[in-house]
Amino acid sequence: MGRPMRQTEIEVAGTTLACREAGAGATVLFLHDAAGASWDPLLDALSIRYRVLAPEHPGFGRGKIPDWMLSVGDVAFCYLDLLHALDLRDVHLVGHGLGGWIAAEIAIRSSTRLASLALLAPAGVESLEAPFDDIFAWTAEEFARRQFHNPELARDWQRAQAELDIDVVLQNRTALARLAWNPRMHNPQLAYWLHRIDVPTLLVWGEEDRVVPFACHTPFKRAIPRAELVALPQSGHALPIERAREIAPRLEAFFQGAKGSKG
Amino acid sequence: MKTFFFHLMPYADLDLSYTDRHNSAWVTLPNSYFDPAVGEKLYARYIGELELADRLGFDGICVNEHHQTAYGLMPAPNLIAAALARSTQQAKIAILGRALPLVSNPVAVAEEFAMLDHLSGGRIITGFVRGIGTEYFASGVNPTHSHGRYYEAHELILRAWTEVGPFRYHGRHYQFDYVNLWPRPLQRPHPPVWIPSQGSSETVEWCASAKRKYTYLQTFSPVKSAKKAFDLYRQVAERDGYESTPSQLGWAIPTYVAESDEIARREIKPHIEAFFNKFLHYPLEMRMPPGYSSIASTKSLIESKFAFRMMEMTAENLIELGMVVAGSAATVRERLAAYARDLGVGNLIAMLQIATLPADLTEKNLRLFARDVMPHLREQEAQQPMPMAATA
Repeated sequence: MGRPMRQTEIEVAGTTLACREAGAGATVLFLHDAAGASWDPLLDALSIRYRVLAPEHPGFGRGKIPDWMLSVGDVAFCYLDLLHALDLRDVHLVGHGLGGWIAAEIAIRSSTRLASLALLAPAGVESLEAPFDDIFAWTAEEFARRQFHNPELARDWQRAQAELDIDVVLQNRTALARLAWNPRMHNPQLAYWLHRIDVPTLLVWGEEDRVVPFACHTPFKRAIPRAELVALPQSGHALPIERAREIAPRLEAFFQGAKGSKG
Repeated sequence: MKTFFFHLMPYADLDLSYTDRHNSAWVTLPNSYFDPAVGEKLYARYIGELELADRLGFDGICVNEHHQTAYGLMPAPNLIAAALARSTQQAKIAILGRALPLVSNPVAVAEEFAMLDHLSGGRIITGFVRGIGTEYFASGVNPTHSHGRYYEAHELILRAWTEVGPFRYHGRHYQFDYVNLWPRPLQRPHPPVWIPSQGSSETVEWCASAKRKYTYLQTFSPVKSAKKAFDLYRQVAERDGYESTPSQLGWAIPTYVAESDEIARREIKPHIEAFFNKFLHYPLEMRMPPGYSSIASTKSLIESKFAFRMMEMTAENLIELGMVVAGSAATVRERLAAYARDLGVGNLIAMLQIATLPADLTEKNLRLFARDVMPHLREQEAQQPMPMAATA
């Protein structure tokens, strides 16, 4: 078990972000995936040795999104404002899926406040060999099934989702569409700027990912100067839930190694 | 009451067993199901049916827009309207409507409609819709911008029609430094605007506002829902300080006339069932892309079994719900006259061809309707003015 989690709010970029937070020490800023914010086992594990800060993206959950905030690029600037507002330095930025895409868009803009970047099956760059399937055409059942390698976990997760407030579920879907409807779940410009990422970068991918296919690691690996890949066999997309136990120590070792090694 | 013939131009030869392998007649149904040789014949046939309606004295003929679907073969309805503008003589030509949020240049829509107005000698009725949910999968347009683009495009088109140009328009979704329509439309101040909808109260209120007074057209609904929408329209009009007339309301309903009730029901049954169960078939995720409707209306759609189409529709329950009118001329006359009285609706948009209904039965339907139903509905208007609804 990790440290007790508390919920806070942060005012930034004309909006209020709900935030989950636990632990103490160097900051891990965790950006959640398409289904919405939740306190996954990975965050719990990391909170033992780190201060984990997990904001909910603008427009998700019960949060508002300013009218003008239309793209993942806008959200990236919003989080850069957050780092500034809280005066966070040497941050370990971790993003999963949609959150990985946002994290990459943050890092290409400015890594001044970052110590490292960990991208867990990030969306954002599509591979020609493995185009994304249409996440918006999936039923709730298919959405759940595709997240996990283990079908039992998928069923548990879907049951838990069904317990959530329908308003929150619909709001999450709407917020996702606003940011990622077209082009679906990626930004064709992003690949051309990945070379700007100058902090140690860890790519973590499930080899059986059916949301953001494993082959999508190639453009990230190729373009980011100091990127290292951890390929997890027998793993799906929901890494922070399904592979928390393997990933947490890998991340901690990576954070340790990245300390003060900024290029 | 005025009567219109509304054609959806379906791919009538659709292999109905497609549902064994595919879950949608929209967007994802492979177009290998479309045979170009059949397509050519269908367009010729359908345009012929619309031209026949003009000769038979219908007040208007109607076309509409849908994309990537066997349900309707008019992704560009103004092309059909242009052909009809030159081949018909008297009927109004209603385009119900263009799906505004799907276009990147609303000025082009204003231009096309203005051209059509001239080509038809001022006979066009324009329609503005958002398109159904599936169109956002087909077009790539972000459904969360659907409302915003719709209202902006509408404003831009109306201004382009009525203001002296050039003027500048900078909205959130559309920006133009020069808007200066050549040609201006023929009808003054601009062609009539009709708004088809399935009864969203937001749409009804928007149409009824004294600023617009657009004709509101209810489509594919049980008679009860139509009544609710029309009552709301009248209430909004009253609140806005004017009295709405039946001519501001329209009702689109599949209609079939034959020699007797028994024959009519037997002949229309497979086609009307194909229409609701096969042509209007799509997964919920495509019907309701995120952000297309407000959270509140999305929730009420999810809760309503009707919208979900959980059950297979039968011709019998469709007739029972008042979603289809079928019978002898006497029965159809009576039914429609009663609806007109009860609903206070002044425009009947009869869908006289539907799904797989073949050419011979369509022509019979058109001719019987024109000869034995239409004159009666017209007269009724003269003798019995529509009552205003009770105020709320």
